[in-house]
Amino acid sequence: MSTAAPLLEVRNLRVEFPTRRRTLVAVDDVSFGIAPGEVLGVVGESGAGKSLTGMAIIGLLEPPGRIAAGEVRLEGRRIDNLPREELRRIRGRRIGAIFQDPLTSLNPLYTIGEQLVETVLTHLPVRAAEARERALSLLAEVGIPAPEQRIDHYPHQFSGGMRQRVVIALAIAAEPQLVVADEPTTALDVSIQAQIITLLKRLARDRGTAVMLITHDMGVIAETADRVAVMYAGRLAEIGPVRDIIHQPRHPYTVGLMHSIPRVGNQRDRLAQIEGSMPRLTAIPAGCAFNPRCPQRFARCTETRPELFAAGATRAACWLFSDGG
Amino acid sequence: MLAFVIRRLAQAVMVMLAVGLIAFSLFRFVGDPVVFMLGQDATPEDRTRMTQMLGLDQPFYVQYANFVVRAAQGEFGLSLRQIRPVKTLIIERLPATLELSFVAGLFALVVGIALGVYTALRRGSWISHVFLAVSLIGVSLPTFLIGILLILVFAVLLGWLPSFGRGDTVAIGWWTSGFFTASGLKALILPAITLGLFQMTLIQRLVRSEMLEVLRTDYIKFARARGLTDSAVHFGHALKNTLVPVITITGLQLGAIIAFAIITETVFQWPGMGLLFIQAVNFADVPVMAAYLCLTALFFVIINLVVDLLYYAVDPRLRIDRTIAAH
Repeated sequence: MSTAAPLLEVRNLRVEFPTRRRTLVAVDDVSFGIAPGEVLGVVGESGAGKSLTGMAIIGLLEPPGRIAAGEVRLEGRRIDNLPREELRRIRGRRIGAIFQDPLTSLNPLYTIGEQLVETVLTHLPVRAAEARERALSLLAEVGIPAPEQRIDHYPHQFSGGMRQRVVIALAIAAEPQLVVADEPTTALDVSIQAQIITLLKRLARDRGTAVMLITHDMGVIAETADRVAVMYAGRLAEIGPVRDIIHQPRHPYTVGLMHSIPRVGNQRDRLAQIEGSMPRLTAIPAGCAFNPRCPQRFARCTETRPELFAAGATRAACWLFSDGG
Repeated sequence: MLAFVIRRLAQAVMVMLAVGLIAFSLFRFVGDPVVFMLGQDATPEDRTRMTQMLGLDQPFYVQYANFVVRAAQGEFGLSLRQIRPVKTLIIERLPATLELSFVAGLFALVVGIALGVYTALRRGSWISHVFLAVSLIGVSLPTFLIGILLILVFAVLLGWLPSFGRGDTVAIGWWTSGFFTASGLKALILPAITLGLFQMTLIQRLVRSEMLEVLRTDYIKFARARGLTDSAVHFGHALKNTLVPVITITGLQLGAIIAFAIITETVFQWPGMGLLFIQAVNFADVPVMAAYLCLTALFFVIINLVVDLLYYAVDPRLRIDRTIAAH
C-alpha cells in the first residue's frame, strides 16, 4: 500500500442489480486506494466487475444498478452519496473518464473543437476564445497533427486511434486529478494500442494525474501500472505492486492468470489454463468465489469468504495467507 | 453539393411530368369533354367542330405538351362548374389551406417533439403513460371523428370557439390571411388541432423511441462522464441526434397534412383547396381536379427537396467530404 494520502479511496464498495427474482451482487466488498499520480491497473475477466467499479466511482451506474453499500472518497470527501448536480460537477472536472470504443464515444454531429470547448466551458471560468485556445493546446498535447485545421473536423473524419486521442483530450480537458480509463485500448489495432498507452503514461506523469486503468490485457498493465488490482467474480482477489503481481503472484487465481499469458521464448506447446470458468453472478459459490477452480482448495475455502491477507509484497484474499503469509 | 441539388431537381421535374401525365389523362378518361359540354343530342358536325376547337383532334403527345406548357404557367383552363379560370379559384383558396397546414404542422412539430422528449426522459412517470395513452387514441381515431368531437365540445357545449369557417381575414395583396384578426385566429384552433393531431402523435412516438435509443449510446454516456449539464446532454447531444429521422417523417407528414386537409376542411367548412377539390369531384370538374393534383404533387416535391437539404445541414457525415481520415 502506498504511504501517501490516497487521492481516491474506495471502501467496501458493493454494487447491486435488483432483478425481479433476486438481487445480483456485481461488485462485492471491494476496497482499494489510488495515490495522487499513481496508475492503478484493474484486471479481471469479462464480468469480474471492473468496469462497474469504475462506473460506480464516477456515479454513472446505469439503473437499476446501484451502490448498495460502502463509500467512495475523493481527497477524503465522500462523493458516492452526493446530489446529482454536485456529482456532475466532479465528473470531468476532478475525475475524467475514457471509454472503450473511440468510434462511438464522440457525438457525430459536433466537431471535436465544439465538444472540447463545451467541456472546458462547463467546468472552467474562461471565455469562449480562451476555451478554444485551450482545446488547441490539448489536441497538440495528445498528439493530433495540425490541430488548427483538425479542430473544426467532425469525428468521422478521424481514424480510430486519432479519435481515442481526442477522447483522452476530452477526459483531461478540465485537468482532473484522476482519470478512469475503461478498456481504453481494447477496440484499437495492436500498433495503435502501444501509442495510446504511451500517451496515457506520459500524460499521467507530466500532469501528475492518477489513472485507474481498467483492462483485461496484462501486457498493458505490465507496461503502465504502478500497482495492480486483480478482480474475480465481483471481488478483489489480490492487490499489490505490479512487479510482484506479475513475478510473484500469491493468490492461486492470479498465479493461474499469469501462467496463461504466452511468453516469447517459452517452448511449451500448450498454454496453461485455469480449469472451468468464472461463476455467473447468479451462482457465486459459498466461501471463496474461486474455490471450485482452485488447485489448492481446502475445507475452509468452501465455508468462509477470505478477507485480504498480507501475502509477501501483495495482499491476497486467500486462506493460504491467513497466518500472515 | 451543387451536383446533388441539380440531380434532385432533375428528379423533381420527372416526378412532376409523371403527375402531369396522370392529371392530363383525367381529361380523357373522366368522360368525353365534348359530350359533356354539348350534351347527348349534339349533331356529329357540332361535335367535330367542338373537337377541333378544343384541339382534341391533335395527337396525344401534342396535347400533352400543350398541357404541360400551360400547366407550368399555372393555366388549367376554366372550371366547368364555376366557369372561372382555375388559376383564380386556386389563388383564392390557397392561402386558407396553406395557413391551416402551417399552423397544424407547427402544432404537430412543437407539441410532438416536446411530448416525445418528455416521455423519453421521464420514462416511468405516470404522466408519460397518460401522454402515451392519449397519443394512441390520436393515432387510432379517424380525423373526421376528432373534428366532430372537438366541435361538439368546444363549439357546441362550451361555445368557446367557432365551429366552421375562417373568421375575418385581412387581404395582403392577393393573399388573404386569418393571422391578424382575433376571429381568424380563433377559427384556426380547432381545424389545426384536428388536422395536426395524427402527425403530432406520430412525431411524439418517433421522438420518444429515437431519444430512448440515443440516450443509450456511448457518446451520451461519455457526455455525462465529461460532466455536461443534463440540459446540454438531453437537448444539445441527444435531441439533435434524433433530428434526422424526425425531419424525414415531418417532411413527409407536412405533405400529407396539405393533401389530407380535404377531410378537415370539409368538416369545418374551411374555404381552402381541399373543399374546392371535394366540390370539384362531386361535379366532375376535371380542370380543378387536375390543377389540385399537380399542385399537391408540387408541394410534396418541394418538401422532399427541402428535407434532403436539411439532412445536409444537420448531419455532417452526409456532406461531401474531401478530407480523408488521417492516421
